[in-house]
Amino acid sequence: MKTDWRERRHRWDIRYAPYAYIAPYFLLFAVFGLFPLLYTAWVSMQDRNLLDGDAATFVGLDNYVELLTADPYFWNAMGNTLSLWLLTTVPQILFALGIAQLLNRRLRGRTFFRMGVLLPNITSVAAVTIIFAQLFGRDFGMINWVLSLFDAGRIDWQAGTGSSHAAIATMVVWRWTGYHALIFLASMQAIPTSVYEAARLDGASGWQQFWRITVPMLRPQIIFSTVIATAGNMRLLAEPLLFNPGAGAATGGSDRQFQTAALYLYEQGFAKFDFGYASAIAWLLLVATVAITGLSYLAARRIRTD
Amino acid sequence: MRRTGTMVGVGLLAASLLAGCGGDSADGKTRITIGLFGNFGYQQLFEEYEKAHPDVDITDRTASYSDHHKNLAAHLATNNGAADVEAVDVGYINQFKANPGQFTELKSDIKDRWLDWKWEGSLSKDGKQIGYGTDIGGLAICYRRDLFEAAGLPSDRDAVSALWPTWEQFMATGKQFAAKAPAGAKFFDGGPTVLNAIVGQAPTGYYDKSDKIVVGDNADIRKGWDLVSQGVADGLSAGLLHSTPQWNTGFKQGQFATLACPAWMMAKIKDQAPDTKGKWDLAAVPGGGGNWGGSYLTVPKQGKNIDKAVALATWLTAPEQQAKVFANAGLLPSAPKLYSEQSVAMKQDEFFNNAPVGKVFTDAARALKPQYQGPKAGDVQTEMGNAMQRVEQGKQSPDESWQQFVADVKRLED
Repeated sequence: MKTDWRERRHRWDIRYAPYAYIAPYFLLFAVFGLFPLLYTAWVSMQDRNLLDGDAATFVGLDNYVELLTADPYFWNAMGNTLSLWLLTTVPQILFALGIAQLLNRRLRGRTFFRMGVLLPNITSVAAVTIIFAQLFGRDFGMINWVLSLFDAGRIDWQAGTGSSHAAIATMVVWRWTGYHALIFLASMQAIPTSVYEAARLDGASGWQQFWRITVPMLRPQIIFSTVIATAGNMRLLAEPLLFNPGAGAATGGSDRQFQTAALYLYEQGFAKFDFGYASAIAWLLLVATVAITGLSYLAARRIRTD
Repeated sequence: MRRTGTMVGVGLLAASLLAGCGGDSADGKTRITIGLFGNFGYQQLFEEYEKAHPDVDITDRTASYSDHHKNLAAHLATNNGAADVEAVDVGYINQFKANPGQFTELKSDIKDRWLDWKWEGSLSKDGKQIGYGTDIGGLAICYRRDLFEAAGLPSDRDAVSALWPTWEQFMATGKQFAAKAPAGAKFFDGGPTVLNAIVGQAPTGYYDKSDKIVVGDNADIRKGWDLVSQGVADGLSAGLLHSTPQWNTGFKQGQFATLACPAWMMAKIKDQAPDTKGKWDLAAVPGGGGNWGGSYLTVPKQGKNIDKAVALATWLTAPEQQAKVFANAGLLPSAPKLYSEQSVAMKQDEFFNNAPVGKVFTDAARALKPQYQGPKAGDVQTEMGNAMQRVEQGKQSPDESWQQFVADVKRLED
């Protein structure tokens, strides 16, 4: 009897304990991920003031219809989001590959440099943005000062669409390139040297080795980095928000030239208190992010050896 | 055993989360938090209050103007995280008073302390008072004596005031200034600042009394718009948007010679450019009178120490304390009985070349004709700033930008 009980307990342990071990993640996800997601969907179908939830009225899909058909500022924000996604994700991955390749060589103080590339990533995003906003200042910014040395004239970085996107993309790329470089570096070290030796015997140049061996062998990591970067860059908020501080920060420039979708959500929700509308933006942004992530996954998957 | 360990861990976590919610600090004092933005001049008053009330420990949290109000909105929406006492600027008070249920209703028996319009500004439609007034803005022009002298203009404050009884004359003076200005110095900081001052003087602002946005039909605003746009075209503007880091740098670098100055703006100048002490002076505002800004102290209902928070807010906004704030930070009291008190009316400010700030601002406060502020006045002001910036950045012509501005504010009403 006693042994039977023990045995049963042992069986239960084997069968159910794993669920108990992974339960904390799913519980936390349910509380902080799934529930807010569903609640946001519910709110997005209401006409609801941020401060007065009791007076909310159900409006079905009205918020979505208005966003998609009658709100040019939403499409403007989506356009900016896509533009910034391209301007951040592509250089990020390319620079990271290059840096990883350089760090993979035998150089003095290797650990120092390897840790160094991660430094931008662990600094506070607010601090980084404030410093970059100074660098990109119109009258006394360092970048304009350098440009003026070459008689290139001063650029009002925040005023133009292209110039503001370039400035914001610089901040994001600076912050995240090192992170991806380390991921690539770790996998580069796992590529067997015999592959390179064989290639060298066949007369492949360094450049050919990089594109024909290293990059294809890194395919899983490149896919991973692309997906992570895309998911992050589609909801850029802090950089455009802090690039233009002041009372009009949430509009992302005088003509919304660098207002991302996340920033538009923030403006509608927390400046105009239109909680229902902001929630609808959140859901559309989620759909767009999933779609773009899928696309970039497909694009990155096309990397292969010839 | 391992499982009991987990359970204990979860229990501890839950216990510490619960403990984190209390408002009592370890030494038995009640901690009262107060959320502020910019410079309210309260630091000494907090110490004084703590001395008089040994059971209270005041913690202040100061954020930037827009962060402060957006955080407050988020904290009210989630019913969690607001400070016990929260400051609200006049640009946002209407949005908050539309939901008076979020705030503790304050007593009306001390109504006489404040200017009538200040009191009414924070009164909800159903007659609930959600905030006690702190300061009002008033309006004057701060100007740089040294830059005026360099450009061959008079620098004595009475002579300067005499240059510009109207805004048209203000712009004409600007052209004179621009003709001989030192390199890198413009006449005013940026179009949005000047336009705010002009709009603040109009009998009707962005809204009529039925809460309808009337920007598109308001001839005063359009006139101001055209005037400022012309000033921008004439090269009088440094093209800086107020309350941005670049604008702050502008103070230090002497990029502009004049600035529309509500009383609280003077505190900003002192904070931003302490080195310019003595170079500034104060002249009358063109057009006479007007208000820009000013704040209230509210007590969100979600607080744990409502009674003590109300007591603190009442004390901080009492005339005696407003007088002290005026003395040390220069914020113009909203308590009219102070305007005739010697300590206030006779105050001079060393930083501004001993300008008679007491007289200038109490005169301005008496002459002030209050303007009705509608529910989203703060948002309209933001859109107006953006619109003027589009002109300054050369992105649009004044006419195009005006059209977009009118269309943008119309969307606020839907």
